[in-house]
Amino acid sequence: MEYFLQQLINGITLGAIYGLIAIGYTMVYGIIGMINFAHGEIYMIGAFIALGTILAIGPVGAGAVVLAILLALLVAMMLTATYGWMLERVAYRPLRGAPRLAALISAIGMSILLQNYVQLTQGARVKTLQPLVAGGFTLMEHDGFEVSLSYMQILIVVATIALMTIFTLVITRTALGRAQRACEQDSTMAALVGINVDRTIALTFVMGAALAAVAGLMVTLYYGVIDFFIGFVAGIKAFTAAVFGGIGSIPGAILGGLLIGLIEAFWSGYFSIEYKDVAAFSILVLVLLFRPTGLLGRPEVEKV
Amino acid sequence: MLDLRGVETFYGHIQALRGVDLHVGEGEIVALIGANGAGKSTLLMTVCGKPAPRAGSIRFQGKELAGRSTHEIMRTGIAHAPEGRRIFPRLTVLENLQLGALTAAPEHFATDVERVFTLFPVLRQRSGQRGGTLSGGEQQMLAIGRALMSRPRLLLLDEPSLGLAPMIVQHIFRVIRDINETAGVSVLLVEQNAYHALRLARRGYVLVNGRITLSGEGAALLDNPEIRAAYLEGGARSDKAGTGA
Ligand SMILES: Nc1ncnc2c1ncn2[C@@H]1O[C@H](COP(=O)(O)OP(=O)(O)OP(=O)(O)O)[C@@H](O)[C@H]1O
Ligand SMILES: [Mg+2]
Repeated sequence: MEYFLQQLINGITLGAIYGLIAIGYTMVYGIIGMINFAHGEIYMIGAFIALGTILAIGPVGAGAVVLAILLALLVAMMLTATYGWMLERVAYRPLRGAPRLAALISAIGMSILLQNYVQLTQGARVKTLQPLVAGGFTLMEHDGFEVSLSYMQILIVVATIALMTIFTLVITRTALGRAQRACEQDSTMAALVGINVDRTIALTFVMGAALAAVAGLMVTLYYGVIDFFIGFVAGIKAFTAAVFGGIGSIPGAILGGLLIGLIEAFWSGYFSIEYKDVAAFSILVLVLLFRPTGLLGRPEVEKV
Repeated sequence: MLDLRGVETFYGHIQALRGVDLHVGEGEIVALIGANGAGKSTLLMTVCGKPAPRAGSIRFQGKELAGRSTHEIMRTGIAHAPEGRRIFPRLTVLENLQLGALTAAPEHFATDVERVFTLFPVLRQRSGQRGGTLSGGEQQMLAIGRALMSRPRLLLLDEPSLGLAPMIVQHIFRVIRDINETAGVSVLLVEQNAYHALRLARRGYVLVNGRITLSGEGAALLDNPEIRAAYLEGGARSDKAGTGA
């Protein structure tokens, strides 16, 4: 029971991070109908910027930790968003209207380029960070086994819920969100009502990148270890989460992220840690066999 | 107010418009008729820059539109209710209208939406419903309402009567006349139903294979035997009935 609870907590934390990255995949897919394969790298860059900012701030007292994290969050979100914007500008916009395969190859190229860029400028060795947010609660103790919930885990889950709420409100309630949904559904008509479609697409990349930066900061703080390659696996997992939840759906992305996180945590907790990725992907395949549109995806039955 | 000169539009290698000259005056209703594939929808879309013309000039209220991007063109006072209605299917009726009002000043929204609901009362009842779940006629009303929300000086309408019951067609044509007369909105109207269109319009143009072949007063075109034979289903039928009797 204790063990189960502990894995549940770990799984939810991990899942929240996947979910944050998955939102970027799902939003961009929604608006241009394409997987942004360089999104994992955007997340990785977010982690590096967050780490760099924290190291630049230097050691801070316990009272200033919150401020330092907020500053790192702000810097990481803004700079990573700039990368997201440039990525769209350089790799996607020139290929608008070209065959999908061209944009796909361009995205994979950007992914390799960004990886190498970080490897060259930051080095190939792992970067580490002393834990900034230490400690937590012990929820229960039994036969020498403790169930603990760290402050960091609380921070990750709370931040994810807050961001998901904000983003859902932006998309459902604001003029920007309305423009995004319009571009998603009919970009020609969107232009005909006066929406600047290119700008709306760019803003979607910016929003996705900013969320990936939050995930990058969280991972840096949670694990304290990053390298130039973390975007690859996390990207594939988050992409899987987006498909799992139903690509195009934001609640689906978070749900998919949580499920992938939980599957991973339980599988490595009860079976074997080596096969945790296989487990996640197998369950994905099973879900897609029975629900090709993902868990919260919308079945295509509409009169247009 | 709208002046096209020598407009040429291509889809890849296929030429859809071949040197089109067309004029819509201030406060005028102008009809554009022609067979399927003649290029009528292409002409309206070319005014909006989608696709952009490869040659020629499109001037609107003295400003050149050719070469500008669609979202800029739609801010100059032109609104388009395009072929196929193109309602945003997963947005509500109200959201569709809000998008129509994107280029208008926000303080007009309440009065403008009220005006659309008065013109098309059924839209008020459906305002929270998703656009994709409306009937064809309701979608057409929404398409026109959405176009009106931008407070256009020129309204482009592509086959607003297509597939609708005669009652609804009448209603829609009455609304077009009404917004032209009371708000002074100019209208460029594409219609299969040449009889209705030419009665509503002051002037008309006939498009054949991407070229304007005839133009003139609506009433004169209606009396033109060529047009009667080619585009007036009703006229052709009554002629046949006449010879048969
Ligand atoms: N997106 C496109 N790509 C390639 N060719 C196109 C495209 N749209 C239209 N065409 C071609 O351009 C020509 C004119 O088409 P358009 O839709 O303007 O005709 P139309 O007069 O509106 O016909 P209809 O009465 O059937 O609506 C046609 O030959 C059509 O096949
Ligand atoms: Mg047409």
